Amino acid sequence: MATSEESTRKSWRVRVMLVISPLLQGLILPVGAIIMALLVGAIFILVIGKNPITAYAALIQGAFGDVFSIGETLENTTPLILTGLAVAFAFRAKLFNIGGEGQFLIGALAATWVGANLSFPSFVHLPLTLLAGIIAGGLWGGIAGFLKATRGVHEVISTIMLNFIAIFFISYMVTGPMKEQSALDIPQTARVAETAQLAKILPPSRLSAGIIIALVAAAFVWWLLWKTTVGYEVRAVGLNFFAAEFGGIKPNYNMFLAMVISGGLAGLGGAIIISGLFLRFQHGFEPGYGFTAIAVSLVGGNNPPGVVLAALLFATLSQGALGMQNVAGVPQDIVLVIQALVIFFVAAPQIVRALPQWLEKRREAAQAAAEGAQLEGGQA
Amino acid sequence: MTEKVPVIEMRDVTKVFPGVIANDHINLAVYEGEVLGLLGENGAGKSVLMSILYGLYQPTEGQIFVRGQSVAITEPGIAIEQGIGMVHQHFMLVPVFTVAENIVLGSEPRTGAGTLDMAKAVEEIKSLSEKYNLEVDPRAKIEDISVGMAQRVEILKTMYRGARVLILDEPTAVLTPQEIRGLFKIMRTLTEQGVPVIFISHKLKELMEICDRVTVIRRGKMIGTIGIEEASPEKLASMMVGRDVVLEVEKGLAQPKEVVLDVKNLHAVDHSGLPVLNGVSFQVHAGEIVGIAGVAGNGQSELIEVITGLHKAKSGAVHLNGDHITNHSAKEIIHKGIATIPEDRHHRGLVLDFSIADNGVLGSHDRPPFAHWIRRMFAAIRSYADKFIQEFDVRTPNQEVLVKNLSGGNQQKVIIAREIGREPDLLIAAQPTRGVDVGAIEFIHKRIIEQRDAGKAVLLISNELDEVMGLSDRILVMFHGEIVGELLAEEATEDELGLYMAGAKRNTPPAEGG
Amino acid sequence: MEILSVALFASTIRAAAPLILAALGGIFSERSGVVNIALEGIMLIGAFFAMMISYFGAQFGLPPLVSAISGMVGAIVFGFLISMIHAVVSIRFRADQVVSGVAINILALGLTGFLLQLIFQTSGNSPSVPNLSAAPIPGLANIPIVGDIFFNQPPIVYIALIAVPVSSFVLFRTPLGLRLRSVGEHPKAADTVGVNVFSLRYLGVGLSGVLAGLGGAYLSIGQLNIFTEGMTNGRGFIALAAVIFGKWNPWGALGACLLFGFADAVQISLQNAGVNIPSDFLLMLPYVLTLVALAGFIGRSNPPAASGVPYEK
Repeated sequence: MATSEESTRKSWRVRVMLVISPLLQGLILPVGAIIMALLVGAIFILVIGKNPITAYAALIQGAFGDVFSIGETLENTTPLILTGLAVAFAFRAKLFNIGGEGQFLIGALAATWVGANLSFPSFVHLPLTLLAGIIAGGLWGGIAGFLKATRGVHEVISTIMLNFIAIFFISYMVTGPMKEQSALDIPQTARVAETAQLAKILPPSRLSAGIIIALVAAAFVWWLLWKTTVGYEVRAVGLNFFAAEFGGIKPNYNMFLAMVISGGLAGLGGAIIISGLFLRFQHGFEPGYGFTAIAVSLVGGNNPPGVVLAALLFATLSQGALGMQNVAGVPQDIVLVIQALVIFFVAAPQIVRALPQWLEKRREAAQAAAEGAQLEGGQA
Repeated sequence: MTEKVPVIEMRDVTKVFPGVIANDHINLAVYEGEVLGLLGENGAGKSVLMSILYGLYQPTEGQIFVRGQSVAITEPGIAIEQGIGMVHQHFMLVPVFTVAENIVLGSEPRTGAGTLDMAKAVEEIKSLSEKYNLEVDPRAKIEDISVGMAQRVEILKTMYRGARVLILDEPTAVLTPQEIRGLFKIMRTLTEQGVPVIFISHKLKELMEICDRVTVIRRGKMIGTIGIEEASPEKLASMMVGRDVVLEVEKGLAQPKEVVLDVKNLHAVDHSGLPVLNGVSFQVHAGEIVGIAGVAGNGQSELIEVITGLHKAKSGAVHLNGDHITNHSAKEIIHKGIATIPEDRHHRGLVLDFSIADNGVLGSHDRPPFAHWIRRMFAAIRSYADKFIQEFDVRTPNQEVLVKNLSGGNQQKVIIAREIGREPDLLIAAQPTRGVDVGAIEFIHKRIIEQRDAGKAVLLISNELDEVMGLSDRILVMFHGEIVGELLAEEATEDELGLYMAGAKRNTPPAEGG
Repeated sequence: MEILSVALFASTIRAAAPLILAALGGIFSERSGVVNIALEGIMLIGAFFAMMISYFGAQFGLPPLVSAISGMVGAIVFGFLISMIHAVVSIRFRADQVVSGVAINILALGLTGFLLQLIFQTSGNSPSVPNLSAAPIPGLANIPIVGDIFFNQPPIVYIALIAVPVSSFVLFRTPLGLRLRSVGEHPKAADTVGVNVFSLRYLGVGLSGVLAGLGGAYLSIGQLNIFTEGMTNGRGFIALAAVIFGKWNPWGALGACLLFGFADAVQISLQNAGVNIPSDFLLMLPYVLTLVALAGFIGRSNPPAASGVPYEK
């Protein structure tokens, strides 16, 4: 019979474990996947005759080596946080938003228009510019959401189509109606006004205040998902459409809403990258954040805190990649390969376990064979 | 007298899944010319055992003998080779393929060039069809044929592959009493032709009628095999459950008052435009239980969905306490006072990956006290969950447990607690005890009667005639989307209800056109 | 003003050929129950390895035709290998098939860029390599109009056109096709009659690798003689759209691919004829059309019932 003091201590420990254990379990998979992906990447690097250690060191150096690099990495993190949140939120409604890229770009274009063509004092102009991005992105996501809710069109296909439609539409706008009137005739838009620009917060890097907005957005999405009826309904629809409907929730409306919010987040990312970094839209601008966002969201467990961390990770990879190519001679596209591997390992966690299991089986078989040989040898 | 060699023998068969022993050293033997019943509750392990015999699972321990020879059945292909044929509870038919394509799949007749010879297939099917009296249309698509024909297709599938023993897994769930007799006739023909039948069921009366011997399984263990002469429904029930079971529901007289639910001439169509409700009219009073009997698929599910706002009515009216609620939203109807225990708790009733607490407020989650505007009020949610967990005896360590980790009975309790907790004027209970163990069944029946006695209106819909007859005060029978029969429960007999259920009798006026 | 010319129709067929091959591959994969949005990535891999093998063939002094054909074979082999990654991840490890497809697309982009940089020290165009350009069929190529459109094309185009009736035959007239389709509609039913669900799904995905890889080969060594980073440029997704548009039927997909190929070909013609529609809107056309079709008259398109759902015994 345990004393009451012992049982109090035990129950305290048990309670701590109950809280930490799921957190740990949630972390093991993404961290394990990243490590495995880096290991496989290292094999690639070895195969081409380079040293993985110097390569990865060059990567870290490229991403965090000095204030400039740190700022650049963080600046890269901002759009990934926002597009990652977009994918994550849609995933909660069981919707696969592959259209983050299109929504991001449309948001960027809208923000460019408002920033370059309107004239207001900064405290109005800047929010308006960002709002334009949110609304445009939300609208673009909403198209896919509407088609899904009313006509059952699978969002994977519609968002992929909308990505291309966005790209061509933007190409038309940037080389036509929105093209900058100048003697140089470059296919780009006019520059965004000073009053619509985000402040730089870490000179000499290009890091803008956008990162703060992104973090606030992450907190907001977290609150929305877990503390509000909006999040409850979206999650219910994603986990069981029919039970949600039974409980009075309108699943089609919630799917539409999820796509609008998702698109709005991505659009905000686009607005920030214009307002805080590029200040104008150039023809052919297609940074691919919307696609990396899929990996970001998966690794982040489709949850805002995880998304923030995963965004930082992928920004590190892409920022460090150029350093890796220049310093260690490893082609930078290897980070895309690593990114793909991370997605594979997160999506199919059994792969991570399969290798040790297979090795274990081989070991057992070898042991059995050895024992068998011994027996026969003994009988001879 | 010489020892007969069993056609199939399973010796000491054991199957262990993570966390559960589904089959524990079971011994089973089937002899030529007999119908062997396999009896057990839901989850007792009957389907697992037969799946092992059919090669869908591998036994952890134990052996299988076919006509005395030990055989390792590692996949269905081998079972088929050994002459074992299985008709599953849920049909294994490809909806967009034809009857012929389904029957020959995997053993297709070929032309000299190696292409599909469907003409030959149709010919062979026709001759088998005649031999065993199993009428089918080879060129029809499965999605277009009746349930009865689909079952015949399944049996033909086994005959086509030369089955010499047939396993039928719960074949009668989807049939009227008359169709069941037809199936029994087919089973007798088969045994006379030398094909023994293993008949899996939890329906005591059917087992008594058709089987020669019955093997009883409880919680993975074999309890015993009993010849039909020594058996009775009570004996079988007590073997199945392990204690004496009261097969009757105890309830007092009903005291019906005002009309709560009024359904008039309801018409509805399904997603392909086919009519499913053809002018349904009935009323439910406060303080009574109205039971709707009928074979599954005659519009009962759609009726519930129309009343609760999940499916559109084409015409007709539904009134609750005098308020018009036809085609209103599900949310409105919930808040107006209708609560439903849905027939499929995993499909409609619960979000399996939500906690008990979150499931407990589904439907009331967006109103005070559980929410203020869009903010959720967790203190109120948690105390409510604590209360109903205690009151309904839901077995769980705490309220954060995800509902998918609860047993079927406890899951059902969560749903019932939630629905009754809303204090509705009308409680709809659809298949309320499906897949629930006997102890919980008694509990659920008690709570339903309690609601009636508290003055609520209760609409019960169940495929189990015993349940409908035991619980209801008035019984309605649905057939082809209409109410064809209305009887007082104390006057109704199973045979008479069977006639109504098969559309062979009616005592209500034909409905007006839709 | 001559917009509808023989040349236009011939270009249509050429533009459609890679789409047809990839779409047929998509049909086999989806019909067996595995969603495959990695057609884009597989095509890219096919395009790259066709160029690379052809390049090394020339380096080793092989005659140009042999190099080019080796390139084509290389595309098929590597397309198959990449598709096997998708197959193993989706079938053996039961991961979400859309996620796996997305990952393959990223992997293909990364791998081809990585190798392009590593082997050829460039991130733009590869050096030129022996290719498989137009091979007129003697006799038939001389038929007026029809001859130029159908019989005066690169060899891979002929393969694409023949592949349509062959695929249709295999799918609908052979036992193999029946079983493949059963596995995509109701794998449990197929399993219970002894059909091997897993190997048929591997076959379906493998065929998509072979066909899409070949389609990719056309892009680098059929209509051109170089590889450019990202040269598939969305064609894999247009092929996917064609699968849906064509209702998972080889002939339907053919029609859709011809339509999309026409939109692609006519866009250049219109520009040359001075018609003032911005090319961007014409380039948008396949995507808008697919969206409209999905939402409009095709409406409830019915994919194979078990498509996208991993099978568990």
